[in-house]
Amino acid sequence: MAILDILKLPDPRLKQVSEPVETFDQALRDFIADLEETRLAGPGAVGIAAPQVAHFRRIVILDLSGRPKTPNHGHLVLINPEITHWEGFAMGREGCLSVPDYTGNVIRATQIRLKAQDADGVEHQYEMEGFEARAVQHELDHLDGLLFVDRVVSRRTDLYRRKVYK
Amino acid sequence: MTDTLSDWNLLTLVGADRPGIVSRVTRALYECGCNLGEASMIRLGGNFTIMLMVSSARPDAEILDALAPVAEELGLRIHLDPLSGGLHQHLMPNVQVRVTGADRAGIVADVTEILAEQGFNILELDSDVAGERERPVYIMNIQGYSDRTIEALADALVPMAARGVSVDVSPVDLMIG
Repeated sequence: MAILDILKLPDPRLKQVSEPVETFDQALRDFIADLEETRLAGPGAVGIAAPQVAHFRRIVILDLSGRPKTPNHGHLVLINPEITHWEGFAMGREGCLSVPDYTGNVIRATQIRLKAQDADGVEHQYEMEGFEARAVQHELDHLDGLLFVDRVVSRRTDLYRRKVYK
Repeated sequence: MTDTLSDWNLLTLVGADRPGIVSRVTRALYECGCNLGEASMIRLGGNFTIMLMVSSARPDAEILDALAPVAEELGLRIHLDPLSGGLHQHLMPNVQVRVTGADRAGIVADVTEILAEQGFNILELDSDVAGERERPVYIMNIQGYSDRTIEALADALVPMAARGVSVDVSPVDLMIG
């Protein structure tokens, strides 16, 4: 186990698109363990994506088990994740291990359906909402070389939008 | 007075809105050796307004001299004041308060007085007047920090409803990923 170096803005590698995982072996499991240790070493991150540590494979860890009041699926390892359905939108504040000392408002879908494999290659389907859906969309962006700073909007954008997801 | 590079000034600027204000002002600042920090720039009532952190090794008078031709040409009023503090002092809001109501005097004072009594620290506030000209609607969006629960803040703001003002208090959830 090791804490890996996190790529930080403006490192151009953060814009790289990650490749699908094809082999579900011990090396993958070892990497996932390192990625998890790296996530836990950061300041309160609920998720981390492999390209944030310069490993350009479609691997995400998500863990909202520390937020019992938020609907969530607990600790998840998402391999080759794919969002198959989006619904609703809401603005929320995001930060990122790759963008220290900055937070910004981003509009994300409030309900999603997600398809992903686990560390053994078994496919799962998830229905996610709110905070967890936001976290997944943020992490999946990393796999496509996008950061939340690419999606930041002014709070005024939302000024007249009265119905807000809670 | 000679500033060191780590000393910040706050430049405040207002003038009739038109394209090119930001580029002309920041070019002049760059050419006289200034670094820029955090900024808030927005159009208010047909004016363009800037609040901008500026640091420079040059004396304030030189910076103002460098800006004078631009200010003169674009009709801008500019002030430069010493600023204590600096970069990387962000505070994270944890509560959002949305206020809407038929526009009348006193809404802001009423709402923010209640928040202040609750120890609520306003970090950001923007407001606008929307609706039809004959029936203007005041809309205010506040983000800030408070130790109180959402319920406690909402309770404290209940009297606003009786004054015809709709107030919504919700958490600002920061997602770090």
